[in-house]
Amino acid sequence: MTEYAHPEALVSTDWVAQHASDPNVRLVEVDVDTKAYDEGHVPGALGWAWNSQLCDTVRRDILSKAQLEELLASSGIANDTTVVIYGDNNNWFAAWALWQMKIYGHKDVRLMNGGRKKWLSEGRELSTETPQVKRTTYTAGSPDNSLRAFLPQVQAALATHNWALVDVRSPQEFTGEILAPPGLPETCQRGGHIPGARSIPWGKACNDDGTFKSAGELRSLYANEGIDGSKPVIAYCRIGERSSHTWFVLKYLLGLDKVVNYDGSWTEWGNLVGAAVERGAAATAKA
Amino acid sequence: MKVEEFQERRVEVGRWPVNLTSYRLGNVFHCKADNVSPGAALARATGATREEAEKKALGRAEQLLAHTRVQAV
Repeated sequence: MTEYAHPEALVSTDWVAQHASDPNVRLVEVDVDTKAYDEGHVPGALGWAWNSQLCDTVRRDILSKAQLEELLASSGIANDTTVVIYGDNNNWFAAWALWQMKIYGHKDVRLMNGGRKKWLSEGRELSTETPQVKRTTYTAGSPDNSLRAFLPQVQAALATHNWALVDVRSPQEFTGEILAPPGLPETCQRGGHIPGARSIPWGKACNDDGTFKSAGELRSLYANEGIDGSKPVIAYCRIGERSSHTWFVLKYLLGLDKVVNYDGSWTEWGNLVGAAVERGAAATAKA
Repeated sequence: MKVEEFQERRVEVGRWPVNLTSYRLGNVFHCKADNVSPGAALARATGATREEAEKKALGRAEQLLAHTRVQAV
């Protein structure tokens, strides 16, 4: 992992196995499939549900400062706790949780490289017990919105061309052939992508075992689509979770200085009245 | 308990690829069907055998995938 710009942002499954009972380490599983945790998880890990505990469930937004403080305090996490997050699907929603914790300034939060898949495939121990944790007091920082893009910033980027836009959805979503991933409800009125966006599906950053590709491979992947750090980057997907994974790759593994996650993503842009939409352009959507 | 007999395989359901991940925990086989790209879980099922768990998960996945509309671009 030493080639990465911030290797400290990742830990291996071996590291987790060795530190699972460390009192200053808190393991948290965050899955796309919220039933996975109950089936069995890394011993000592808590489970957070992305659809109820990692978003405001009334208005569309990430957690407020108070909501995040409550989640972390009730999870036994203090400001100086090392938090290791992992999840299914190559850490897709684990990255979403990490992104929010970084917005609120948690210093030491890491991903378990390979996520749940690697842990399972290595035949490691699973537990169905939810650990009992001692409540803490947690004080979050003010939200650092420099890690996040809102609609006006994306609209300005489209007008000025001074940001690179990276669409991390599947090629079929990018072209507009489908309005949502296969089997999931359609949540937008129009298909396609933000004009000028480059198609770099998020999963291309991962190896078959769920771990991240090497720094060299990642650098080539993004550079081939013009993402080389010469422009700041806005990453987006459908609801902002896949793009938080790409945000992590660009910021922590490749060390790009200015990368933001547009969590409004296609479910915002694809529902706007009058927004510019580009369809097709499969040439930039390599399978 | 330890994860045993972990296996992944890919099948086609209509025009859509589906990834089946299955393994045994104790005496129970677990199977998850996901839609490959992006990998969202479509169904999860258990069974006394791998085949039974896969069949249940795949059946539910087929129902969901049947609703996916394809637009001309």
